[in-house]
Amino acid sequence: MTMLDTPLPGGNDSSIDQPVGKAGDKVFFGLSFGAAALILVTLAAVALFLSYQGLYEYVVSDSDQLDGDGGFLSYVGPLVFGTVYISAIALLLATPVAIAVALYISHYAPRKIAQTLGYFIDLLAAIPSVVYGLWGITVLAPIISQSMFPWLRENLGFIPLFGSDVAIAQSGRSTFTVSVVLAVMVLPIITAISREVFLQTPRLHEEASLALGATRWEMIRQAVIPYGRSGVISGAMLGLGRALGETMAVAIILSPASGYFWDVLTAQNSNTIASNIALQFPESAGLEVNRLIATGLVLFVLTFAVNAVARRIASAGFSGADG
Amino acid sequence: MSLTASTIEPDLDSDGGNERNDMTSGSLDGRPMWGIRVVSVAAGLAGYLAFGAVNWALWILVGLVVYVVTTLLVSRFVESPREATDRFSTAVMTSAFAVVLLPLVSVVWTVIERGSNRFDWDFYSTTMRGVIGEGGGGYHAIIGTLVITALTTIFAVPFGLFTAIYLVEYATGSRFAKAVTSLVDVMTGIPSIVAGLFAYALFVFLDDIPALTALSTGVGHRSGLAGAVALTLLMTPVVVRTSEEMLRLVPNELREASFALGVPRWRTIVKVVLPTAIAGILTGIVLAIARVIGETAPLLVTVGITADVNWNPIDGRMAALPVFSYNSYKFPTLPVEASQDRAWAAALTLVLLVVILFSIARILSSILKPKGLK
Repeated sequence: MTMLDTPLPGGNDSSIDQPVGKAGDKVFFGLSFGAAALILVTLAAVALFLSYQGLYEYVVSDSDQLDGDGGFLSYVGPLVFGTVYISAIALLLATPVAIAVALYISHYAPRKIAQTLGYFIDLLAAIPSVVYGLWGITVLAPIISQSMFPWLRENLGFIPLFGSDVAIAQSGRSTFTVSVVLAVMVLPIITAISREVFLQTPRLHEEASLALGATRWEMIRQAVIPYGRSGVISGAMLGLGRALGETMAVAIILSPASGYFWDVLTAQNSNTIASNIALQFPESAGLEVNRLIATGLVLFVLTFAVNAVARRIASAGFSGADG
Repeated sequence: MSLTASTIEPDLDSDGGNERNDMTSGSLDGRPMWGIRVVSVAAGLAGYLAFGAVNWALWILVGLVVYVVTTLLVSRFVESPREATDRFSTAVMTSAFAVVLLPLVSVVWTVIERGSNRFDWDFYSTTMRGVIGEGGGGYHAIIGTLVITALTTIFAVPFGLFTAIYLVEYATGSRFAKAVTSLVDVMTGIPSIVAGLFAYALFVFLDDIPALTALSTGVGHRSGLAGAVALTLLMTPVVVRTSEEMLRLVPNELREASFALGVPRWRTIVKVVLPTAIAGILTGIVLAIARVIGETAPLLVTVGITADVNWNPIDGRMAALPVFSYNSYKFPTLPVEASQDRAWAAALTLVLLVVILFSIARILSSILKPKGLK
């Protein structure tokens, strides 16, 4: 009961979990333990409430009332397609650029400037998504619908991505525009994480490479990229998770239609789950709300899966010099 | 950590240090590289002047392409293929950075330009009550944002901080701690709209309990409290993450010294561990506030929008800046420009709030840094 019994933190002693027999310690331990337990309770509540309100109240009991014979799947299918399609394009656009920018900040820019740039990138990650949405529809959409859309349609129209019978969206409110905006939004996240891992490359690896006469690019290919690969991939996956759940930018810019649409240049686009909820929720009542909550559950599962994969890759980490 | 960045800086463009290039036939260091840069800028500028200002961004891109290609070709002829690849990669990285700056600078510039139309006292002092056309403002939305964000902070900070204290100080490596850690990861990944749906479902449920009906009055279960609960779900994992990281940085010797003097564990945490880590923890909290203050989707679902000031978070709908901005743009009243100006002014206010919070975080971290730590 005396303080001499108190185990030191970091030791492997299992009695660490035991609060010491003092009132203050008991209270403090109780508060901390309670907070940690509350995390568990909260997440259980999230899963429970979404499952009950969405899955049980709609999908299990009543889905043919709103969706007819197709059931819930016919409603959520196009939304899942739209979510994954838009996010995947955004990720394809953002990742290579983000890696290049991260390398620039970590290994090319002068140190003083690099710190400021890192700060600037962090700041950009915190700009609210409404702002990106407003920018996308006012500035970006008119520019790229006039300059890039016709060009893409004419020259790359043989690819289903850019060619179909439907006319180009003059307003620019199409999948392509949204993907570019999402790419701009996730870029700071991927850049921040990649920069961090690139900076952690062991100095000895880099100096060894340079000492053997490698140019800066060769050094990066030999030392930095193998070391940072898993970090970059997990950063990209986190960016993907962010893009999947992005709501407002999509809700503001996209001109949605129901169904599956491959062509990214038209005004007929598959909506995303999150944007569909934001657009429909204020005007929904009764079962419609339950249906939206059910789609929210699908989105939750989708992002959960992506994040789980990201963490897997991140924890795999650097496995040796040959990567 | 940042040391590594500076260690490798064989400055490609400095005039000195030519020993390495003695082995090659020629070198592009110094003036030739600047020549290429000047040519590229000139190419972009020429295009802009010749074909008009339809899209200045396009000509910046043209300039960058010229830069990358000439660098590769010239270096290929003058220097060795290896040098050429190296210079090419440098040019590509630099160009990628410039390309990224284009949209980002454009975003910031547009917000300032469009937002300044209504960046006046009127916007910050009037509400939308009874306003149909021009005029009106976002005073009620600012109040709403402040109330909801303050509530969120009150919920999330103790919640997150105590969880972090548990993870670092009490339960190193226990199975429960591992479960909590991975659940915090899951929480980090919850899409914001899903957090909103959860809060909505929770308050619909609470409404059925007679004793708690007061919590979710308001038409359709909308209230500021529900919004704060949704945002708490998003903010807590961020607070846990940063606090945990900061607490782990506190050297174990400090704790051991305190224990050796007979100080109980909780006083050690309060008097020794927390003060040492406080700079990082506060910075993390401020940055977490900056992250949630612009959240739109969860508030759209849980709080809704009104035209008037509502200070009471358990009394029906409230307005918040992001939702106000979205609504003004998406459902404009005539004249449309007036609504759009209000949307942009709200967006500018939000960005300013984020910038202010970031500055506060920066100042805090430099003021509170304990002298013993670097």
